[in-house]
Amino acid sequence: MNARPPGSLARFQDRIARALLGEIDSDLTPDEAAVVHHPAFAVYRNGVMKSAIDALQASCPAVVRLVGEDWFRAAAAVHVRASPPRCPVLVEYGADFADFLACFEPAAELPYLPDVARLDRMWTEAHIGEDAVTLDAACIVAASPEQLAQMVLRPHPCARWGWFPTAPIYSLWSRNRAGEDAPDEFDWIGEGVLIGRPTQDVRWQPLDQAGCAFLDRCAAGEALASATGAALDIDPHADLAVLMSKLLAAGAFSALDLETLSGGVSP
Amino acid sequence: MAMGAGLGLKAQHYDAALACDAPGLWFEVHPENYMVAGGPRLAWLEAIRTRHPVSLHGVGLSLGADAPPDPHHLHRLAELDRRIQPALVSEHLAWSAWQGAYHPDLLPIPRSTEALERVAENIDRVQVALGRRISIENPTHYLPVPGAQWSEVDFLGELVRRTGCGLLLDVNNVHVSALNLGFESGEYLDAFPLRHVTEIHLAGHSTDPLLGPRLLIDSHDAPVDSAVWSLFERTLARTGPRPSLIERDGNVPDFAELLAECHRAAEMLCRSAMTAEVHA
Repeated sequence: MNARPPGSLARFQDRIARALLGEIDSDLTPDEAAVVHHPAFAVYRNGVMKSAIDALQASCPAVVRLVGEDWFRAAAAVHVRASPPRCPVLVEYGADFADFLACFEPAAELPYLPDVARLDRMWTEAHIGEDAVTLDAACIVAASPEQLAQMVLRPHPCARWGWFPTAPIYSLWSRNRAGEDAPDEFDWIGEGVLIGRPTQDVRWQPLDQAGCAFLDRCAAGEALASATGAALDIDPHADLAVLMSKLLAAGAFSALDLETLSGGVSP
Repeated sequence: MAMGAGLGLKAQHYDAALACDAPGLWFEVHPENYMVAGGPRLAWLEAIRTRHPVSLHGVGLSLGADAPPDPHHLHRLAELDRRIQPALVSEHLAWSAWQGAYHPDLLPIPRSTEALERVAENIDRVQVALGRRISIENPTHYLPVPGAQWSEVDFLGELVRRTGCGLLLDVNNVHVSALNLGFESGEYLDAFPLRHVTEIHLAGHSTDPLLGPRLLIDSHDAPVDSAVWSLFERTLARTGPRPSLIERDGNVPDFAELLAECHRAAEMLCRSAMTAEVHA
């Protein structure tokens, strides 16, 4: 058999990779054509597509339940062709699927669908995020009002939150995530969500707009005085003590490091 | 803990897998499913690891691509290897990552000398990064890839010679490929460099929905076929017992049913310990 010229492996892989996505080069060598035009090449073409769609489906149970498996897989196939996976860790695949749905014409009748996909994504990020000890409420209780105002609380690495002004995204998502039927009538109002994984299980609960603004400031590295200011800007009647205890109970913050503790809180 | 017959670990079986105390039982996972920062997946795998040997069977290193393995991916594999301390690490003679895209399947390579040199270099890089020997699995073939300058067994044997890697012999892949490409599975096994086999895979297959029984698919969605059990027995007669795994990824039955297949493999391993020629 003749020796192949150097670099032919790379060329072979270029051609096969394109053929997997349905793009057949016009100048295939006879060897490449024999592979790409073989009836069994469909096994690879279908296998690549199926694995990527399976990964999206596994990450988006609430979206799947809302639109049905057939619709979901057809939409996912369009997304996979436009944005194929870039990494073998497929649980990470689909970061831009919600943005895709927002521009996907057939989904236009379901304007809430992209945000439901965003919550499915938040769940995945919480599920695989970094483990960390959550903030003990005693650290807050022990602080003076002045110390509290200057304290910087870091959101827990698995905490995710968001405010969705135009639709009851939390209700839509949580019912479908849990496999529950929707009530006959929804209050069609904006809703927010807090998702987290303080230990091993991912948990979620509704969070109002003031609470989301509060956590946004914390995530930006700002002190509690700024975070409470942001919450009060949204809702001048916000009960900050109730909000704080809710966030602490949800494990939304990481434990303070020793430097912060010694500098910010007296024993 | 000596490794006898093992099972691919499925998420729905974690509790049963953790509790099971079948002698020699071990579990295999795809490391790509555990390359995460934290959370229950890692916690489960670490718990399993305290009770049973674990094997990391990679699908993402893309050793057959004409490029070095992705350094980030290799780093994550090394991290998981350090954390889990697996008994075995293996990968495929295939490619999947190319020019920044990941094609989630095990794609075929032409067995050219050029490819051999590239794969050997890639295995070297992985073994250096992990500080351990890895084993390479014989691929499933659905179509002939022109440009072969090496037979598959010679190609695999040469990789062993150049890199010191081990081999993972998947007897279901041998059966499926033999039917699809029209070669004799027994002859393939007779030529296979069995002394370097560190692990054996068994799995079920199916027929292609369009092409029918002319094309078998390595689908891992059925019990192990009788022809594959025969190839396993034929292999063990020459190798003696080797860590052997039942793979199941589709139509996954309950744990007890998989364990029954695993017991069948364990019995054959025991018999082979007494009767094997062990001249491989």
